Amino acid sequence: MIPSTVPPKYKVFVDPERCMLCERCTTECSWGVYRRQGNKILTYPNRCGACLRCVSNCPRDAITVTLNQSCGREHPVWTPEVKQDVVTQAKSGCILLSGMGNAKEYPIYFDKIVLDACQVTNPSIDPLREPMELRTYVGKKPEKLEFEYVEEEIDGKKVKKAKLETKIAPNIKLNTPIMIGHMSYGALSLNAHKAMAKAVKECGTFMGTGEGGLHRDLYGYSDSIITQVASGRFGVNSEYLNKGAAIEIKIGQGAKPGIGGHLPGEKVSAEVSMTRMIPQGSDAISPAPHHDIYSIEDLAQLIRSLKEATRWKMPVFVKISAVHNVAAIANGIATSDADAVVIDGFKGGTGAAPKVFRDNVGIPIEVAIAAVDDRLREQGNRHKISIIASGGIRNSADVFKSIALGADAVYIGTAAMVAMGCTVCGRCYTGQCAWGIATQKPELVKRLEVDDAARRVANLIHAWTHEIQELLGAAGINSIESLRGNRDRLRGVGLSEIELNTLGIKQAGM
Amino acid sequence: MCGIIGFMSRTGRLISGDRIATALNCLKERGNGEGSGYVGYGIYPDYKDDYAIHVFLDATKDYDRIRHEVEEVLVKYGYILKDEEIPTEEGIIKQEQVSWRFFYRFDEKYIAVEEDMMVNIVMDINDRIDGAFVFSSGKNMGVFKAAAWPLEVAEYFKIDQYKGFQWLSHARYPTNTKGWWGGAHPFNLLGWSVVHNGEITSYGANKRYVESFGYKCKLLTDTEVVAYLFDLLIRKHKLPVEYAMSALAPRFWDEIESMSEEDKKIHEAIRMTYGGATMNGPFGIVVGTQEGMVFMNGEVEEGNTMVGLTDRIKLRPLVAAEKDDLLFVSSEESAIRKICPELDRVWMPDAGRMVIAKLEKKI
Ligand code: SF4
Ligand code: SF4
Repeated sequence: MIPSTVPPKYKVFVDPERCMLCERCTTECSWGVYRRQGNKILTYPNRCGACLRCVSNCPRDAITVTLNQSCGREHPVWTPEVKQDVVTQAKSGCILLSGMGNAKEYPIYFDKIVLDACQVTNPSIDPLREPMELRTYVGKKPEKLEFEYVEEEIDGKKVKKAKLETKIAPNIKLNTPIMIGHMSYGALSLNAHKAMAKAVKECGTFMGTGEGGLHRDLYGYSDSIITQVASGRFGVNSEYLNKGAAIEIKIGQGAKPGIGGHLPGEKVSAEVSMTRMIPQGSDAISPAPHHDIYSIEDLAQLIRSLKEATRWKMPVFVKISAVHNVAAIANGIATSDADAVVIDGFKGGTGAAPKVFRDNVGIPIEVAIAAVDDRLREQGNRHKISIIASGGIRNSADVFKSIALGADAVYIGTAAMVAMGCTVCGRCYTGQCAWGIATQKPELVKRLEVDDAARRVANLIHAWTHEIQELLGAAGINSIESLRGNRDRLRGVGLSEIELNTLGIKQAGM
Repeated sequence: MCGIIGFMSRTGRLISGDRIATALNCLKERGNGEGSGYVGYGIYPDYKDDYAIHVFLDATKDYDRIRHEVEEVLVKYGYILKDEEIPTEEGIIKQEQVSWRFFYRFDEKYIAVEEDMMVNIVMDINDRIDGAFVFSSGKNMGVFKAAAWPLEVAEYFKIDQYKGFQWLSHARYPTNTKGWWGGAHPFNLLGWSVVHNGEITSYGANKRYVESFGYKCKLLTDTEVVAYLFDLLIRKHKLPVEYAMSALAPRFWDEIESMSEEDKKIHEAIRMTYGGATMNGPFGIVVGTQEGMVFMNGEVEEGNTMVGLTDRIKLRPLVAAEKDDLLFVSSEESAIRKICPELDRVWMPDAGRMVIAKLEKKI
C-alpha cells in the first residue's frame, strides 16, 4: 500500500501538564481521535475534522486543535486539500462526499451590499416606540381586489355596503420573515427536529420536514410544519401531507443542483426507516429528476394532485436551486399553480453532497433573487407567487438584503444548526456528528438536549427579528412589505457595473 | 420640509389663481426656490371635455423638432384642436423648458379606452422622446411648475389669469434628487395631481410595483409614483377610495385584529394584495382628481374630488379647514388663514386617515 502522502489537516495536542486522564475526550469524540494508553492520551489527528466537541468538553482545557501548518512544500495551486482529495480518490476510486455548504471563496455579494439609513428629512422610526410590522403572508395573492355592493338594512334604512368578492388563496402567516428550511429527519436527529419545531412554533414561523417524512412525535407541531415531496417520495402519504400547513415540492437544492439526494444506510435507523417508509439500513437515494416531471405541465399536474389530496387548503411551494436560467424557470413555476418558489443558492448546506457539486455548481442566491423578482415583475406574475430565498443566509442583514432584493421571506438552515451547537465541521454525511445533530446514533443523539437547543434556535430567530426591526426603523420603514423589492435602500460597494446591474442596485454615493 | 396648500369650492365656484399663489407664498420657507408649482381644476372651460396636455420641451435649439415628435405621437390617435406656448412672463426666471400645451381630442374609435390610451401616450412620450416631458394630461385642468420660488412661478405662468374651483400648490425642498422643472410638484397623470410633503422610503418598492403594471417612472421623484398608484388603484382596479387609501397607508395589524370579522377580512386582503402599494416614510399628500371615484357605499362620484392623507404615524403635518363651501388642506394653518382669516372649522386629521372634499355637482 502506498502510504498517505498528505499529512493530517489538523494537529491535535493534549497538554500532559493539564490532562487529568478522565478519558472524557475518548468518549466525546465520535471519530476515534483519542485513546488512552497507560498514563497518556494518544491522538490520531488524521481522523479529526475539527468539530471541537473534545475541546468544548475537556474539563481541564487540555486540548488544542490547530490547523496543521507543517505540511511540506507550500504550493499555491496544489494546496494540501487538493492533494488530499487526489490521494483519497486514488485510494477509493469513488466520488468524494462532503457536508455543509460550498467551501470555496466565491464573492459573497451580501457583503458588498450596504444598507441605507434615514437622516433628518426622512426621519428614522424608533422600533421601541412605534409598531414595526414584520408579518408576512407566503402564498398566492390576487392581482387586484374586487368588491360587490349589497344593500343592507341598518336601523330601518337601506344602505349600500362594499363586500369583498375576491377570494384569497390559502397563504401561511409568518410573524417574522425567517423560516427554517428543509433538513430531513434522517439527515438530522430526532432531537434536532424536535428542537427546531419547538422554536418555530414559539416564534410564529415554520420549518420544513425535508424529504424524510414527519416523525409522529412532531405531529403536534403540524401548524408550523411545511412538508416536502422530493423525487424519492420518502414518507409521503396522505396523512403526512395533511399534517403540515404547506407542501413543498423539491426539484433541486442549492448545495447540489441537478442531482438527487443520498442518505447513507448507516443513518437509516429503525425510526428513520418507519418515517421514510424504507427498509432499515438501506441507502435512501432520491433520483435526480422526479420521474413524473419533465415539464412545467407535469409539475402543474403534481401541484394540483397535492392540492387535491389536501382539499385545496394548503399552499404548494416549489424549490429549485439557483442556476443561471433560474428566472425563466421561476416564471414557469409561477404559471403552474404553485404558490411560492423557493430559490436555494449555492452556499446552501447539505447533509451529504458530492464535493465537486457542493463547491462548483450553481450560482449565488443574491443574483438569483434579483433575476427572479425582475422576471416575475416583467411578466406580470409576481403576485401569483411568493419568493423564498435560502442558501447562505448568515445573519439578519442577509435577511434584510434578500427581502430588499425581492424575496418575501427566507429559509435558514446552517444558522439554525450552528445555534444548536454545530461547528460546521462538514462531516454530517458520516453519521458521526459528535454534537448529536446530524446523526442517528442514540448515544450521540441524546447529547442534544431538546429544550436547550430549542431555546437557542428561538433566541436566534428573535434576535434577528429585533435586528430587522431596527434596520427597518433606520430605513424609515414600519412594515416589511415596503422593504420587499425596495432595492433603492441598497447600495453596492466594490462591485463592477455589470454586477450592480444584475443585482439592480446603485453604486454607493449615487 | 416642503409646503402644501390646496383648496376646493364644493359648489364649483371659480376662484382666481392669485389666491393660491398668495397662500403658497406663506409657505415659501418650506421650500428652497428649486421648485414650485400649481394645478388648477376648471381652468379651461372652453375645452372642458378635451384633454389639455402640458409638455416641457427642452429649451434648446432643438425644441421645434422635439415638439414635432410629440405631435406625431398625438395625431396618431386623435386631433390637436389647438396648440400654443403656455403664456409666460419673460424675465422672471431662467427658462430651462419651453412649456407647450395641446388641447386634444381622441378619435371616436378610441373613446371607450381613451384614459388608458392617454396613459400610454404619456408613458411613451416621457420614456422615448428625449427632451420632452408631459407634465399635465387631464381635462379642464392644468399644471404649472418650474424650478423657482412660489411667487416667481406664479408670475411666470400668469397664474392670476386662470380661474378654477380647485387649486393645489407646492413649494419644494428637494432632498433626494436635484431640483429641476420636471421634478417640481404637482405630479399629474390624467386627472390625478399630487402634491407631496415628505420622502417616501418605500419608493423602490412602490416604483417596482407600479412598473409591473406598465407605468414607467421617469421623473426620478417619489411623488410621480404616488400619482401612478392613484391611477392604478382607483381608476384601473376600481377600489373604493377609502380602501385605496387603506392600501397606501394601511391599518396596523393590531388594529385589524380588533375589527369585526368582515372588516378584518377586507383589511387583511388589502394588505396582502396591495403590499407593493404601501407607502412608508414621512408623507403628507394632497391629491386632486377628476376621475370617477367609487366610495365604500358603492356610490360613484363622477366629478372632482380632493383627498388629503398623511402617513400612518404622522411624521408630516397636515391641517384641514372649512369655510362655507370651501375646504382647505395644508401643511400649515397660516397658509390657509392668509387667504381666509375666518374659518368655520380647523382640524388635524389623524395619522393615516384621509380628508375628502367632493363637488356637490358635476361640472
Ligand atoms: S478530556 Fe481533557 S482531561 Fe480528560 S482525558 Fe481528555 S484531554 Fe485529558
Ligand atoms: S452537523 Fe455535526 S457533523 Fe455536521 S457540520 Fe455540524 S457539527 Fe459537523
